[in-house]
Amino acid sequence: MWTSAASPTGPDSGELAERQSRGAKHVPPWFRLFRSELRLVFCRPRNLALLGVLAFIPVALGVLFKLSLSGPGGGGGPAFLNQVAGNGVFLGLAVLVLMLSLFLPLAVCVVAGDAIAGEASHGTLRGLLAVPAGRTRLLAVKLASIVLFALASCLLVVGVAVLMGVVLFPVGRVTLLSGTTVPLSVGLLRVLFVALYAAAAMVALGSIGLAASTLTVHPVGAIAAALVIVLASEIADAVPQLSAAHPFLPTHFWLSFDGLFRAPVDWSGVQHGLLSFAAYLLIFGAVAWARFTSADVAS
Amino acid sequence: MTSRDEVVFGRPARAAEDAPRAAANCALSSAGLSKRFRSGQLAVDSVDLAVPTGSVYGFLGPNGSGKTTTIRMLLGLIQPTAGSYEVLGLPMPDGLPYALPRVGSLVEGPGFHPYLSGRANLARQDAADRTANPATASARIDAALGRVGLLAAADKRYGAYSLGMKQRLAIATSLLRRRELVILDEPTNGLDPQGTREVRGLIRQIAADGTTVFLSSHLLAEVEQICTHVGVMRTGRLVFQGTLEELRGPGAGRVVVRTPRPELAAEILGGELQLADVRVSGLEVSAELGSILPETVCERLVKAGVPVAGLETPRRSLEEEFVQLTGEGFDVD
Ligand SMILES: Nc1ncnc2c1ncn2[C@@H]1O[C@H](COP(=O)(O)OP(=O)(O)OP(=O)(O)O)[C@@H](O)[C@H]1O
Ligand SMILES: [Mg+2]
Repeated sequence: MWTSAASPTGPDSGELAERQSRGAKHVPPWFRLFRSELRLVFCRPRNLALLGVLAFIPVALGVLFKLSLSGPGGGGGPAFLNQVAGNGVFLGLAVLVLMLSLFLPLAVCVVAGDAIAGEASHGTLRGLLAVPAGRTRLLAVKLASIVLFALASCLLVVGVAVLMGVVLFPVGRVTLLSGTTVPLSVGLLRVLFVALYAAAAMVALGSIGLAASTLTVHPVGAIAAALVIVLASEIADAVPQLSAAHPFLPTHFWLSFDGLFRAPVDWSGVQHGLLSFAAYLLIFGAVAWARFTSADVAS
Repeated sequence: MTSRDEVVFGRPARAAEDAPRAAANCALSSAGLSKRFRSGQLAVDSVDLAVPTGSVYGFLGPNGSGKTTTIRMLLGLIQPTAGSYEVLGLPMPDGLPYALPRVGSLVEGPGFHPYLSGRANLARQDAADRTANPATASARIDAALGRVGLLAAADKRYGAYSLGMKQRLAIATSLLRRRELVILDEPTNGLDPQGTREVRGLIRQIAADGTTVFLSSHLLAEVEQICTHVGVMRTGRLVFQGTLEELRGPGAGRVVVRTPRPELAAEILGGELQLADVRVSGLEVSAELGSILPETVCERLVKAGVPVAGLETPRRSLEEEFVQLTGEGFDVD
């Protein structure tokens, strides 16, 4: 929307010249805004509380698994749980599967739904636009901060869970789902890939939340809308009569990462998943952009 | 372009021949600027603003007359449904990214993140400005906080600010850099008398630096004290625009004579001087002055043997002018 070409009547040519002459220490303007945005997201008490909860749940689940597995009648339960007793590394995966059903999407929806609607409801949006921050630029920075938050949440959950696994359970060479055994370092690397895959899923969800956020001035409404989409998608995904529509649901591929735990790696699930996430990111990113760059800001 | 009901004191609010000349040295100008909301309401109806560079322009109008809506359009927050406008000589909306960094603004009260300190909120505003120098940011932020008297409370959470402190912080954002134009929507809203005085002083100071000030306000006394130019809105239309003197109209309206012999005075005023609308109340006689000078009235009265105890030509207050332009009504639509 904004052209970056210098205008002859451009602002503060003196200031610009001064900045260029200082050379090395110069902070690119987009980075200043991005840094400010990250501070806003990661220093906000509510978001810190969310991250605290995300870090605490793996600890609680680890202890719970330890107690239940040492008791009689182990086995059953969510995917990867059976492997946890043999190797603590699998706790990272078991916890991630559980957290992807509610807590991770919730945290991402809160941050994404708040992105624009939160600024509008605080009355800060009109200030930013009058600076002018640039609508496209502001939206891009918001999306980037959502990506970072999704990444941080997934790495935090998996990191804490693996740490708990190491503390509570035996750790060693990792036996994959296909039966082959790989060194611990390779196993950990694959867990990291799973965390990144989950983060990609959360980014796609984040773009849905961001689009919802441009449609309202009530952040709670945007957050709720994104969560309703998650729940509706999960319900539809569980109805066999709708199987034709399943691949198009936003949540369908969230858990399709077990191919990463085979040797050789089975990429098909992950590929389909990443394709689906990219499509959602593109579509809802475009919706958010189209809406935000044309909407009246009357809040 | 018509001047239907826009004639004020016999002068059209928009003089067609004035328009191009005015636009040349205007900090803000618009032609036919209109906004119809999706509700169907025409909140701003073909407004032709001309805010001369270097002026302090008071933007007046009753509640709901479209002042804030006009300001939002000028800042690119909402899209006009018709008309065009220029900010600092740059046609909008294409010139927006070049014009707005030179414009400080405060729209419809303060808006900040409650969990950030005042200083952090200003830092965020400054970080959003891609043309601001990051090296001088903290010095500029402290200077802006100092000018609005908030340095002592700079590190308090914004959520813990009082209404006046919030308003001051909002004004501080427009002072983060040297501006060529400052647009303030009701800047003294919620301030105590001292705060109001200080803000008035601040606006004078900003204007003295050569910055054009566009100020929407309900406080007529405030406008009378600091503005050079005035625009008056009524239900979305700009019903008057001009200098403060032009708003007050030519000369005094009436003459009031205090005398122990009011009947005789009334006879002279109405008969010999042929003044219109002669009224007697107690020992006071008043009449429309028209083109006759007050000193002539005094001379004739004395010659006719009327003992004149006092003679006054009270100016109409800005409030009277304002009410005449915008109507007495209290209900808003
Ligand atoms: N977002 C909106 N949607 C629909 N109508 C609106 C919107 N914003 C303002 N209006 C209407 O436009 C009219 C002008 O409102 P505006 O806020 O510009 O008035 P104002 O002159 O600033 O009043 P005040 O002195 O009370 O601040 C009002 O009748 C209001 O109801
Ligand atoms: Mg208003």
